[in-house]
Amino acid sequence: MTTLQARGLHKNFGEVVAVADLSLQVDPGEVVGLLGANGAGKSTTMRMLLGLLVPTRGDVLIGGEPARQVDRRVMGYVPQGLGLYRDLTVAENLRFAASAFGVPVPSLADTGLAEIADVRVSDVSLGLRRRLAFIVARCHDPSVLILDEPTSGVGPLGRARLWETIHETAHNGAAVLVSTHYMEEAEECHRVILMSSGREVASGSVSEVIGANRSVAVTGEVAEGRLAALAAAGGTVLVSGDGWRVVGLGPSTVGDIVGNGARVEEVPASFEEAFVALSR
Amino acid sequence: MTWGLDGVSVAFGPTRALDEVTLDLEPGRIGVVVGGDGAGKTTLCRVLVGLESVAVGEVRRPKRTCFQPETSGVWGDLTVVENLQFVAGGYGLASSHARSRIDELLEVTELTVARDRLGRQLSGGMRQKLGVAMAVLSEPELLVLDEPTTGLDPVSRVELWSFINRSAREGRAVVVSTTYVDEVARGDSVLALDDGRVLAAGSTTDVVSAMPGRLFETALRTGIHAWHRGNSWRVWSPDGSDVSGGREVAPDLTDVVTVAALVGELR
Repeated sequence: MTTLQARGLHKNFGEVVAVADLSLQVDPGEVVGLLGANGAGKSTTMRMLLGLLVPTRGDVLIGGEPARQVDRRVMGYVPQGLGLYRDLTVAENLRFAASAFGVPVPSLADTGLAEIADVRVSDVSLGLRRRLAFIVARCHDPSVLILDEPTSGVGPLGRARLWETIHETAHNGAAVLVSTHYMEEAEECHRVILMSSGREVASGSVSEVIGANRSVAVTGEVAEGRLAALAAAGGTVLVSGDGWRVVGLGPSTVGDIVGNGARVEEVPASFEEAFVALSR
Repeated sequence: MTWGLDGVSVAFGPTRALDEVTLDLEPGRIGVVVGGDGAGKTTLCRVLVGLESVAVGEVRRPKRTCFQPETSGVWGDLTVVENLQFVAGGYGLASSHARSRIDELLEVTELTVARDRLGRQLSGGMRQKLGVAMAVLSEPELLVLDEPTTGLDPVSRVELWSFINRSAREGRAVVVSTTYVDEVARGDSVLALDDGRVLAAGSTTDVVSAMPGRLFETALRTGIHAWHRGNSWRVWSPDGSDVSGGREVAPDLTDVVTVAALVGELR
């Protein structure tokens, strides 16, 4: 049972601050999501946690020990590019990873990969490659699993299947940190950390992040130009079904701007709307 | 007259990229093409704009069609305003008309402050907005945007969608491809693709009501037609029979696309 911890992580690349003052903790059995856009600092954070990148400041602790004193075998990692050797076959990739970690080669039975065991990875479909990367990352039964955008570009069913594997791994006691830029995947995580421009803007369960954030729902007739006026007044306008949702303005301000004929109502914010409000 | 595809198939050597795809697009409406990597979204966009020839089928395309590729199409070594001027020049727009059109687009995309910044110095959200602005500059009848929102932060995504909406309301047919299922709800119609095949197609309200069978929510995995969603399981009942211990839920677009993928997998 191993806990993953980071304290005051900071990373500069020249003058660019990629990650600023980030602290986090992932307990055994927990799935924590790192959410943010491209460039928010998710991959840099993960690479520091893995010891692949030296932080400018801050510490990484694995099971309470400084990361660099910890046996690498406790960690499993699926990078964004999947980290497979394209010139090796499926079976060779698995054998290589297993021997590097000093563990028996896992069986490909029931993985859907047995029939392509001798195919070079460069000729394997992206979906199956991703499945192989997951098997490779978990072959040594790591107690900390770090997944960098594992579901990026995956269709809905494939994504649901990947999440099943992630939950199963956590259920077996691993601490799992997953990054994603899909907002709807927040609900798959026990807790989320929202990042924007290298900083944490919020963290907690989905309902904690939404917290007291409210949006204004607008339905009915809205004259052309009124939406632009809402934006000019400092609101962010989202299209929602047959109406709009406004973040950043109160219901009376919105009502004054859109005028009569539209229905204006204050409603609890969705997760995405809360993220918009928090990163404004 | 509507634009789109009629039974279009495209093959690259032995690989089938599109298989009998039909898509109808209407002026003023947004069609969302959704699917994972390799589903055929980029091929569909390229076929629509005439960059890819079709083996079988018909493409209905207006003369004025514009395309924003996945890479945004912005030139990194030109400034924001130079990018727009270059495109205007390519279309031979009269300079006075081009100037007012460029100013208008900079205004609505809130890029006026960045007009003299180089393309490669723009944030992802600004770059994508500029890309769409370049594509609508010549006022096309059909606008095709390939994954304009991939990787953008939520605020930029919202801003880009409101710009896309505005472009559609001006009377043009718009196609947006995406891997985000939640974006389907922002369009008027949907085409879900997987491995070059159509999983579901139609107006967003029609595809939800046309979902075969019924959908249940359960605490534990039940049967083979189940998938994990949030902190519970979804179970699809193809024949509409009850699922024991399940609570029936009204499917949303994500559920409908997932069921369609499940049907495709079983086929």
